[in-house]
Parts: sequence; structure tokens; C-alpha cells
Amino acid sequence: MVEKKISRQAKYDVIFRHLSTGTGILIILLVVGVFITLVIESWPSIKAFGLRFLWTSTWDPITLEFGALPFLVGTILTSLLALVMAVPFALAGAIFLGELAPPKIAQVISFVIELLAGIPSVIYGLWGLFYLVPTVRFFQLKIGVPPYGLGLFTASLILALMILPYAMSVARDVISLVPRDLKEAAYGLGATRWETIRHVILPYARSGILAGIVLALGRALGETMAVTMVIGNRSAMPHSIWDLANTMASVIANEFTEATEDVHLAALVEIGLLLFIITVIVNLITRIIIVRTKVQ
Amino acid sequence: MNTYANEARRRMKNKVILSIITVLALLPAVPLFLILFQLFKEGLSSLSLDFFLHLPAPPGEPGGGIANAIVGTFIIVGLAVLIGVPLSIMAGIYLSEYGRDCKLAEVIRVSADVLQGVPSIVIGIVAYAWIVKPLGHFSALSGSVALALMMIPVVVRTTEEVLRLVPNILREASLALGVPYWRTVLKVVLPTGLVGVTTGILIAIARIAGETAPLLFTAFGNQFMALNPMEPMNALPLVIFNYATSPYADWWRQAWGASLVLIIMVLSLNIVSRILARRIAGEK
Repeated sequence: MVEKKISRQAKYDVIFRHLSTGTGILIILLVVGVFITLVIESWPSIKAFGLRFLWTSTWDPITLEFGALPFLVGTILTSLLALVMAVPFALAGAIFLGELAPPKIAQVISFVIELLAGIPSVIYGLWGLFYLVPTVRFFQLKIGVPPYGLGLFTASLILALMILPYAMSVARDVISLVPRDLKEAAYGLGATRWETIRHVILPYARSGILAGIVLALGRALGETMAVTMVIGNRSAMPHSIWDLANTMASVIANEFTEATEDVHLAALVEIGLLLFIITVIVNLITRIIIVRTKVQ
Repeated sequence: MNTYANEARRRMKNKVILSIITVLALLPAVPLFLILFQLFKEGLSSLSLDFFLHLPAPPGEPGGGIANAIVGTFIIVGLAVLIGVPLSIMAGIYLSEYGRDCKLAEVIRVSADVLQGVPSIVIGIVAYAWIVKPLGHFSALSGSVALALMMIPVVVRTTEEVLRLVPNILREASLALGVPYWRTVLKVVLPTGLVGVTTGILIAIARIAGETAPLLFTAFGNQFMALNPMEPMNALPLVIFNYATSPYADWWRQAWGASLVLIIMVLSLNIVSRILARRIAGEK
């Protein structure tokens, strides 16, 4: 009787183990499934345009000629511009929170920043559309460029705001991990606060800060709603940062439900596939940097 | 004499650079607080009882509301939780209880990271291909699947981290009493880490509740009240996007109102989860 019960429990143990292993494997299958689905769904476009898809800039749903270059350029341009704008502030913020501000105040500010990072991107888009766009238009009139208000520059600006908390909080975390001994050694040698930051803290935290920046880049590359709402949605090659444009994500958001031809839909999915590959690479780079840092 | 001047110069440099850093650090707070301020200013003026209880009205007609979008958000997110959470917890249990140092577990961890990094719009495409295309029409269910895909990595990783923190003594005590391992996990390990797992779920919900891109071509939106998950359904983020990009001033105002409702939901989820997280940290 008891033996039977024990053997039954042993069987349940095995079942439970297999069940949990199975769900773990399911996570891998989901990722593989996402990739395979994207390849299958974009196949008509891959077959029709081949590698030409990557460097031609005609996007014409009427003649059914599709090339993704304008969107690749749009995505890379807005993301890099956003990084350039956000990184100095993020770094300064991280140093301020990690080193300069009193811990109590730093804690409160960090909390607020984390909450701000949780604002949905569609709300950033709404604010961008009704407050940022008129402001940018005002400046564009002053400096004598076409006063669209919308466009690449506005999209980069809102992206910069959105990725700032990410880059900052990662950098702050690494800066606060710098061992006290090192800092005190620097002070003991007579270094000023800035000299300690410049020659001890920043070199020590370098790879972590880099990881934060790459992580923020990954966010910027895939960001959809806020960008879609302020970039102007023009599917042609942008010629200046004031131009109306489209990113890879925004063109999908705009045209996916309107695409009636299979090739058009497939071309949009292929852009999604490219976006997937790019973000996977960026995330793996972050992971490698983090693992290396841990080894150190 | 010379060293004295040198030191003064260094002190000066220190002061100047530290002030620049402080200014740069505090400057981004201005636009971020402007967003919150304007959101409350514009949003509060469009809130009324009708706004919560009525269905959307055609442009120009006064008194429309977003009742269907609020209900829709709850249904879509609720379904996503039902789909995503059990899977994620089981996978988290595997990573913490069975796969601490094995190759397979490492591959699963990397996969979760990759899944977390997939842009939300791409998740939308995948849910479209998996559910909308075979069924032939948009549905709330496809939106829930998309959101579940987004919450799975978050819950998996937090579950693993939390369960790893459960001391081995508890497991050993339970096993010594003759409790089989699977019951030990479900009755001892999981309940001990329950607050942490809940925190992870709340963070994941806060993250998906405001997602718009994955819903654009899955749940799609609906002007009417829909309760059937097989039908297209409205959600708060969809209302905000559709109304904000419409040409009607009336709808813009409602977009602000809907944003305020959404942000209050998301912020309170975030705050509750932080408080819970702090409680765990305090217990340690």
C-alpha cells in the first residue's frame, strides 16, 4: 500500500520534471517559431527582390516594387541621433545619482526615473504630436528650414527622451558597484572628486556603461508608436534631418493593415524580419559585454 | 608657489565640471515633467462620468466615452496573463529547480533574453500570422497572444531569480519529511517566493498594458462594446493612437483623457510592484 503510494509519487515527480522541462524548451521553440514565421511570411518578397531589397530605395505599392533602404536609413539615423542626444545626459545623470547626490535624494530620483521609463510609448507619441511638433516647427521657422514640425529630427528627439532612463539606470548601477577602496585610494592620493570620477570610476565602469548604451540602442531601433506619430510617414529616401521619413517599425505600423497585395504584405514582413535580426544581434552584443564584465 | 597655483586650478576645474554634470543631469527632468504635467492638465479636463460609461460617439457629437476600450484592455490583458503566466512560472521553475548549471537552461535563458528584445511591432506580425491569418479575421485573442509573448520573458526571469533565493534548507526540510520534490516545489518553494513572482507579474502587466504596436493588426480596435475574445476589440492604447492621429479636435481631447486613465493604471501597477519588491528586500 505505502510502496504503491511512493512509486506513484515518484512517477508524479518524473511527470512534473518533464512538464517543466517541456515549458522551458517551449521558450526556445517560441523564439525559433518567431524567426521561421517571419521567413515564411516574407518569402514572396525574398523571392521577388532577393538581396536587392536591402539597397534599392523605391517603395511603390502600385507598381509593386519594394526596396527597404529608406527605412533602414530612417531607423539607423533616428536611433544614432537619439543616442548622441541622450548619452551625455544619461552619463551625467548616472554620475550625479551614483556619486554626487546624497543617497536619499538619489533614491527618490531613481524611483521617479523608473516610473517615467514605464510611460507607454503611445503617450510619448501623443505628447510629441501636440507639444513637441509645434515647438520644433517654431524653431524650424526661425532657422529657415521647411517648417513641417514632424520629421526625422522630431522623432530622434522623442526617442532620446524615451531611451534616456534605460541608459542612465544601467550606468548608475555599474557606477555604484565601483569598490569603495578604489575611490578612497584616489582621494587619499589627493585627487579631486572629478579626477576620481575621470580616472577611477569611469574606466572601471566603462564596459557596463557601454552595455547600457547598446541596450538603449536596441530599444530605439524597435521603438514604434512614438516614432510613427511624429516622423511624418513618407516612404522615400530622406535627404536631411528635417525631412519627413519612415523607420522600419513605423512603415510596418502604417501600411500593414492597408496592404492588399501579397507582395506588399510580404515586403513589410521582410522589414520585420530585418528588424528582428538587427535587434537580436544588438541584444547578443549586450549580453557578451555583460558576461565579459562579470568575468572581470 | 607653482604647486599652489596648480592645486587652485585643479580645484577650479573640479568645481566647473561637477556643476556642468549636475546641470546636464537635471536638465532632462524638464521635458519629462512637462509630459506628466500636460498629460494631467489636458486629461483631467476631458474626464467625466460619461467618459467612463459611454461608447465612442461619431466625431462632432458630444458625450462619447471609452467604456469599450477600458473593458477591452482588461479582457485582452487578462487573457494574456492567463496564457502567459502559467507557462512562464513552469519555465521559471525549470530554470531554478532543475537546470541551474546545464546547457539547455543556458539556451533557454538566452532565448528569453532574445524574446524580450524582439520589437513589439514584430511580435504583432507574428501574432497576425499565427492567429489572425488562419482565422481570417482580427480578434482580441490574437492581441492577447501577442501580449503574452511580451510578458513571458519578464515573468520567466523574475520567477527564476526569486526561486533561486529560496534557501535550500527549506527544500531539504520538506524532502526529509518525505514530501516528493514536485510537491516541495509547489507547496514550499513557490509559496515562499510568491511575493517576488507576483511582483514580476505586475511589472510584466504594467509593461504590456500600454503596448500599442502589437495590437494594431491583432485586436485591431472596435467602435462598439465587444466581450467575445474572438471578435476585434478596442483597447486604451488603440484609442489613444487612433484619436490622436485623427483630424478631430474632439477626439484629441478624448485621446488625452484615455492617456490619463492608462497612465494612472500603469503607474499604480509600477508603484505597487516596487513596494512589494522593497518588502522582499527588507525581509532578506
